[in-house]
Amino acid sequence: MQEAPDLMTIVMLIIVNGVPATLQLTFFGLAAGFAIGLVLALMRVYGTKEMQWFATGYENTLRGIPLLVFIYIFVFGVPWVFWFVDAVSRPLFGVFFALGIRSGAYQSQIIRGAILSVGEGQVMAARALGMTAFQTQLYIVLPQAFKIALPSFANEYAVVIKDTSFAYSVGIFEILKVSRSVTAAWPALWVPSMLIVTVTYFVFTYPVTRYFGKKRKIHVSARGG
Amino acid sequence: MNKMEPVLRVRDVWKSYGDLEVLKGISFDVMESEVKVVFGPSGSGKSTLLRCINYLDPPDRGDVFLRGVRLGEKDTDINEMRARIGMVFQHFNLFAHLRAIDNVAIGPEKVLGLSKEDARQRAMAALEHVKMADWADHYPAQLSGGQQQRVGIARALAMEPDVILFDEPTSALDPELIGEVLQVMLDLAKEGTTMVVVTHEMGFARAVANEMIFIDGGVVVERGTPEHFFRGADSERVRQFLHKLEELYGKEREELRDVDGE
Ligand SMILES: Nc1ncnc2c1ncn2[C@@H]1O[C@H](COP(=O)(O)OP(=O)(O)O)[C@@H](O)[C@H]1O
Ligand SMILES: [Mg+2]
Repeated sequence: MQEAPDLMTIVMLIIVNGVPATLQLTFFGLAAGFAIGLVLALMRVYGTKEMQWFATGYENTLRGIPLLVFIYIFVFGVPWVFWFVDAVSRPLFGVFFALGIRSGAYQSQIIRGAILSVGEGQVMAARALGMTAFQTQLYIVLPQAFKIALPSFANEYAVVIKDTSFAYSVGIFEILKVSRSVTAAWPALWVPSMLIVTVTYFVFTYPVTRYFGKKRKIHVSARGG
Repeated sequence: MNKMEPVLRVRDVWKSYGDLEVLKGISFDVMESEVKVVFGPSGSGKSTLLRCINYLDPPDRGDVFLRGVRLGEKDTDINEMRARIGMVFQHFNLFAHLRAIDNVAIGPEKVLGLSKEDARQRAMAALEHVKMADWADHYPAQLSGGQQQRVGIARALAMEPDVILFDEPTSALDPELIGEVLQVMLDLAKEGTTMVVVTHEMGFARAVANEMIFIDGGVVVERGTPEHFFRGADSERVRQFLHKLEELYGKEREELRDVDGE
């Protein structure tokens, strides 16, 4: 048996081998979730009855099912939906996909709330100027909505980065999985490894939620009627 | 351009929300440089009428023509028509994330397709027009209600519209801020701006209205010159309404009486 690694080595192992996958999953999960959420939110606020019905149904369904179930479905159930990537990367794609479609349900609600808080008075003013519906979104509603939603996005980031730890269960080498392989070899290192894992997640979440969560909405206080 | 052709022609406009019939056949013409004052009780459909005119809320029946071109026609671009109909709102509805100058410049730039430079210049001129040039770099939240409304007027002006619709532009303002906005509107009227103004500021109406239209229950109850109404309206309903206004707002505002006497 190898000599037990010192703490610094475990930290390095986690950072070098675990953090990249965690951040990758977080980034792509959030990005996919954002694209889905934006479309759903626009459907709910401006769409036809059918679109609203669809978007609401999507939100309720995806929020009602545990993330791990989705991960299992995409990694073990239907991995062939990722036929375009090589078999080794498919679990990563499965987790990314699961994170994305679920985060989409939450981001839809975040964006929808932010869009609604911009106020229909400003929308009316933009349309009265002759802006198209698209221009109104692009120049008037969404810039304000995203500013308003920033604290909620920070919060969603914290949720998603923590949920990437589920990837451990399908064998992806993210933070948790790396530490678990250390503790599997050296059970005595369980407590320090977990401590390092905890601190690592904390380091990646707290500054973000702290900064954006506290950030005041500066220019969005005037009500547009 | 044919001076005898109305700038705006509203023909038998009807509008319902569900079972609620809000407008029941409203018609009037607005000629070049004319100031039309629309008034009537709250809930009588005045705001709805203005929204029907620029098709923010398309009428169920009836027609609106802008210089002879029918809005809502398949091959008329509604956005192009709206760009030629200015609108000023009761609650200003300024874009909260944009400075005053950008609130005014965004229409000319994004809708009319002016260059950034030209749009800015035009916006600055419009802000000067409403005496808000010194506040160009302020955000709406940093401005008083009266200042915000003047920016709202500048935003409409910068589009160089054929007609401007005002929806109770002073009724959300603190009394001491009403004068500055009315003054701007009076100046516009005297410069020959074509305007449709929903207001209960009878001093303004008396000073510049070519015609006043009293609306109640979604129909035109009575119309006529300011002199006609202030000498004594035909309808009892109108007389009562004017009497109530007088009690609410007092007689004409001081600052307007001066203008009136010019
Ligand atoms: N979008 C709408 N949906 C349903 N009802 C409306 C809508 N807009 C206006 N109304 C109703 O139409 C009536 C007239 O409203 P409005 O045009 O705002 O009157 P006014 O501006 O004269 O006070 C009111 O009873 C109002 O509740
Ligand atoms: Mg109204």
